[in-house]
Amino acid sequence: MLDLTKYSCLGAVLRDALDRYSSEVCLIEAERDREKLRLTYSDFKEIALPLARALEDADFDANDRAAIIMTNQSKWLISAYAIFYCGGVLVPLDYKLSAAEHLQLLAHSKAKVLVVEYHLWRAIMQSPQFQAIATKIVLVTEAPLGAELAGAFRWEDFKRKGSPDFVMRQKDDVACIVYSSGTGGRPKGCVLTHENYLEQCRSLTAWYPFWPGVRYLSILPTNHAIDFMVGFIGPFVCGACVVHLRTLRPEFVRDAFVRYRITYVALVPMILKNLEKGLRAKFDELPKWKRALLDTMISTNRLLTRGRPNVSLSRMLLRNVHRGFGGELLALITGGAFIEPSTTQFFYDLGIPVVNGYGLTEAGTALTLNDLKPFRADTVGKPLPGVELRILNPDAEGIGEVAAHSKTVMSHYLDDPELTLQTIVEGWLLTGDLGRFERHGHLQLFGRKKNMIVTEGGKNIYPEDIETVFDGLPVKEYAIFAVNYIWPPKELGTREALVLILRLEQNQTFDKPLLEDISTRNRRLPDFKRVGGYLIWERDFPRTASMKIKRQLLAEEIGKFFERVAIVNL
Amino acid sequence: MPTTEKTLDEILDLAAMHFKVPREKLSPDDDFFKALGIDSLQTLDLLTKLENHFHVELPDYELQGVSDFRTLAGKIQARL
Repeated sequence: MLDLTKYSCLGAVLRDALDRYSSEVCLIEAERDREKLRLTYSDFKEIALPLARALEDADFDANDRAAIIMTNQSKWLISAYAIFYCGGVLVPLDYKLSAAEHLQLLAHSKAKVLVVEYHLWRAIMQSPQFQAIATKIVLVTEAPLGAELAGAFRWEDFKRKGSPDFVMRQKDDVACIVYSSGTGGRPKGCVLTHENYLEQCRSLTAWYPFWPGVRYLSILPTNHAIDFMVGFIGPFVCGACVVHLRTLRPEFVRDAFVRYRITYVALVPMILKNLEKGLRAKFDELPKWKRALLDTMISTNRLLTRGRPNVSLSRMLLRNVHRGFGGELLALITGGAFIEPSTTQFFYDLGIPVVNGYGLTEAGTALTLNDLKPFRADTVGKPLPGVELRILNPDAEGIGEVAAHSKTVMSHYLDDPELTLQTIVEGWLLTGDLGRFERHGHLQLFGRKKNMIVTEGGKNIYPEDIETVFDGLPVKEYAIFAVNYIWPPKELGTREALVLILRLEQNQTFDKPLLEDISTRNRRLPDFKRVGGYLIWERDFPRTASMKIKRQLLAEEIGKFFERVAIVNL
Repeated sequence: MPTTEKTLDEILDLAAMHFKVPREKLSPDDDFFKALGIDSLQTLDLLTKLENHFHVELPDYELQGVSDFRTLAGKIQARL
């Protein structure tokens, strides 16, 4: 891989990567089972430079901002490179937001350029707030010929001959403005520098290297910090290949693992859980003797890989399982939300390590990661090289707010000095997450600081921590809240209690066995941590792009729909 | 070629049958996530069923932001 210490900006390191690995394949794009595009690093350069030249000719200068609203595809990465080449600042926006939200963030970021897919642009054009758009240059990909584009250009036609001038940036110049998926109305634009990304890339690849021949399946949205790093910058500086699949239909995703012999993939916990469900169902269908044999192989594998993974051994013992994943899968990467230890353990026992980590947009991609020496299902790993973590004001059990000091921590929030001052204090990023270090230096997370409850007895309770006791509860989804969080008390001294919010599966009824299951699990908790009652909620929980429950929004919805008295006591 | 209304009716019939929801509870302007009580992964499953029924292909990215039966019907109709 390229020596990142020698570079001051992403544009320069990507430019060298395109030359160094010119004959390697960098991108494969597939529409279902049909491969649409395969580009070498040299092809990538040939498409990107005329775009960079056209941007320069349109007065897109150093430090100007350019937003991208696209699903995962080659033109996302090509456009991003052209923007960096011109010295621009990239604003990757979440394509899953509504048109009104897109317009709000375009205005907030003051983006001069927007690169957007046709179907998303159509939605933006139809938005009542569209007239106020101030973005000057809009490039629309895949627009049908003759389609009405309201003054926008077709991306495919926006190119100019002649070499563009490469604009060098310094380490502390802004590379990206990334909006974190906060649930409040106030946009939180994390301003990340070139150094932030170069450092993050260096520390991640120190533990999990890429090399030419590695194929990374890009499923998480590229606008998300994880995919931007492990599905673009990381593979590119190492000469690896990124596979974009233009569908998330499980049947095609499964095929893609095999067809492209995928090495790494990053997934949100919900998709991981879904994969687990599918595999368990398949295992259950096996004839008895085959199932017994499989169980023996899984136990043997677990025993032999207790200390560290041994991929070749696991592939031998559990050949069919590994074949189903293409036979070359090294690890599944996850993060961004709390994940059930039973799920990561399930995959590890099959010889497919799940690399769990912890990070937030404000700190680049990841602060901690599991180094698999040995695998731990119950932690989010150890701090990455160059990351210092502290636990602030730890309680008797060592639990306190996690604070981070690292070259990967953002510079500030865009146009919000007040919030910046509250969040970065004397060089330490206050994450708002509660955690503690266990004796081997692994970080364990317990929940968000703002969700914590202090009981009458002075004990701290973390709803997310208690949720783990309900892992595997046979319902569609569930969450635990402090009752006072949903219905703020109207008088002092209102007793603190916890409520379990249940979302049942389609056609599932709340029956006696389910009640007994909940009660049994509840009894496993110390009495001050027990859940006082439950509520059945009939809508899907609102979730962020990384599938975390939007707790505040869900609490507000529940609070509007139900009164406190609706809670059924357990 | 069937009319948009007929296409819409067929979509509602199929959705009701597949997710075991009474047909009369579904109407064209309903948000299908809410009306059927499904998440994004189950929606992909519904789309596959619809594609097989109408013999069309609906790319995921074209359906980004589509959440009601009527708009979905329009997308299918445009491909018939």
